[in-house]
Amino acid sequence: MKKMTRKGFLKAGGAALVVIAGKRIAGTEGAAAAPPPPPGALTAKRWAMVVDLARCREKEGCTACIAACHREHNVPQFNDRAHEVKWLWKEPYANVFPENAAQYTEAAERGGPVLVTCNHCASPACVRVCPTQATWQREDGIVMMDWHRCIGCRYCVAACPYGSRSFNWEDPRPHISHLNANYPTRTKGVVEKCTFCEERLAKGQLPACVEACPAKAIVFGDIEDPKSEVRAVLRERFSLRRKPELGTQPHIFYLI
Amino acid sequence: MFMFEKAVTGSRRYWLWIGLLSVVMLGGLFAWLRQFNQGLGITGLSRDVSWGLYIAQFTFLVGVAASAVMVVLPYYLHNFKVFGRITILGEFLAISSVTMCMLFIFVDMGQPMRVLNVMLYPTPHSMMFWDMVSLGGYLVLNATIAYVTLSAERKGVPPPSWIKPVIVLSIPWAVSIHTVTAFLYAGLPGRSFWLTAILAPRFLASAFAAGPALLILLCMVIRKVSKFDCGREPIQKLAVIVTYAMCANVFFVLMEMFTALYSGIPEDAEHFRFLFFGLEGHAPLAPWMWTSVILAAAALVLLIAPKMRHNEKILAATCGMVFLSLWIDKGMGLIVGGFVPSPLGAVTVYVPTPPEVAITLGIWALGMLMVTVFYKITLAVRESLV
Repeated sequence: MKKMTRKGFLKAGGAALVVIAGKRIAGTEGAAAAPPPPPGALTAKRWAMVVDLARCREKEGCTACIAACHREHNVPQFNDRAHEVKWLWKEPYANVFPENAAQYTEAAERGGPVLVTCNHCASPACVRVCPTQATWQREDGIVMMDWHRCIGCRYCVAACPYGSRSFNWEDPRPHISHLNANYPTRTKGVVEKCTFCEERLAKGQLPACVEACPAKAIVFGDIEDPKSEVRAVLRERFSLRRKPELGTQPHIFYLI
Repeated sequence: MFMFEKAVTGSRRYWLWIGLLSVVMLGGLFAWLRQFNQGLGITGLSRDVSWGLYIAQFTFLVGVAASAVMVVLPYYLHNFKVFGRITILGEFLAISSVTMCMLFIFVDMGQPMRVLNVMLYPTPHSMMFWDMVSLGGYLVLNATIAYVTLSAERKGVPPPSWIKPVIVLSIPWAVSIHTVTAFLYAGLPGRSFWLTAILAPRFLASAFAAGPALLILLCMVIRKVSKFDCGREPIQKLAVIVTYAMCANVFFVLMEMFTALYSGIPEDAEHFRFLFFGLEGHAPLAPWMWTSVILAAAALVLLIAPKMRHNEKILAATCGMVFLSLWIDKGMGLIVGGFVPSPLGAVTVYVPTPPEVAITLGIWALGMLMVTVFYKITLAVRESLV
């Protein structure tokens, strides 16, 4: 047998790596069919959410939905604004719809803060840029996060035009006041955000924020279904979406 | 192995320099271990300014790496013999810069132990995947070229003919690394400061100014500390390249400013306002940006006037000014400027913390160590030939 030289070994090893890499790229990665939803799950062709701002503002300072969401998902509370992690929160109208804010229309428009979260865009920039597919889109439109695959490069944070993504700048676990044992906590160094409560949908429950809202201001449903409630309200009322001109096709609608 | 034996003999001064760099590298390593333990929270980065000093260095250094093409192209494509003695210096500078780039990406990661996920789940729709491909490829190309040509030089034979196509390939590849790096930023829908078609051309122009400026300075240092002299002509030719590239870069930056400020579209103009004048009373980068502007303007005058350019003492200072000006403009200015104001209008002040600075200095020291060792080997090979 011919003796293997170091040079020969390195050459063969390099060639093998190229073949493996080529196979992976050409392979079925990402194309694998999603498992069928469990029995009793809520399903949709395309999930969407409608926030009725008038109703949302009925009770001033109400944070029932935010509290429910953050409790449900073990979202840590940081006092330092720089390290904040949030899935659902309120922002002043002028920050959410800067293109519509004008000095003298304040009374009509900025009657209060606006609830913001991940828009579950139909064409999500975050999914496009993620180098590991740690954030991806389900067929029903939900933009998902895999906290075990995320490398923490924060490219998605830079790509999201809505500031909807949070990074764990430090270990979040000591900052969770009431631990929900039925939902995972995250580790430092990964990105997280709203997932439309996919874990609740799988059990046949509506998202936590929808359920928690005392004013019934949040409507959630299948926007592809003409008979759904979201379609009914969007047919009747004028609505806005955040930065639709960017082509991301956000799926959170605001009734003004 | 790779003539490294030539790097372990040297004067007292050589070892002092290596020792100094090692101390800075160790400092960086300890700071990084702290960051690894506690998370990126020990940096000055935040929810709104989520990339900072590390990514700024990465972006700037991709340019330094790409600039090797400015000596390789004239020599190999136009048979421009003057650069014959310094092409390998450009290639070794590229190897060191690309290594620094990769390290700056690595230290910026929240989960560095998962770095291989990028290869495990190759994602062609992500520009970061292509950046990895182009930077990795460029490193392999330059390492191969430098090793093969230097080995041939040591043996006193012409390099093997198969290396020529590899060298030719490295030329468009150099352009690609900086183009893809610009695409990292220029393809993001919500970041108006970066969403500009001129970003890649601007990156290349600034690269071809900053890189050759550094190479001029390195040639001058080599002349001081060794018997090897690159000669006056290559330095002067490089200076002409720096002049043209700097003119193009300043021109591109001014075009950016005109479009943003004259149109007055808030989301375009506000980033420039933040950088140069501040927003909501916060102007952390204004002194830096104005320094960059003044250095660039002064450098242009000194470069364009032949008398100044021909004076090597003045040229050395000018090259330092070009390098510093572009390091500010294409580093922190470009990255932090893109994040403020945030998509939700927040104006957040970002100041790097001491551990962050220590890590950054550590990687720079590693890069300098690589350049030192590579150049030492090259010079030793050449001295042994004389």
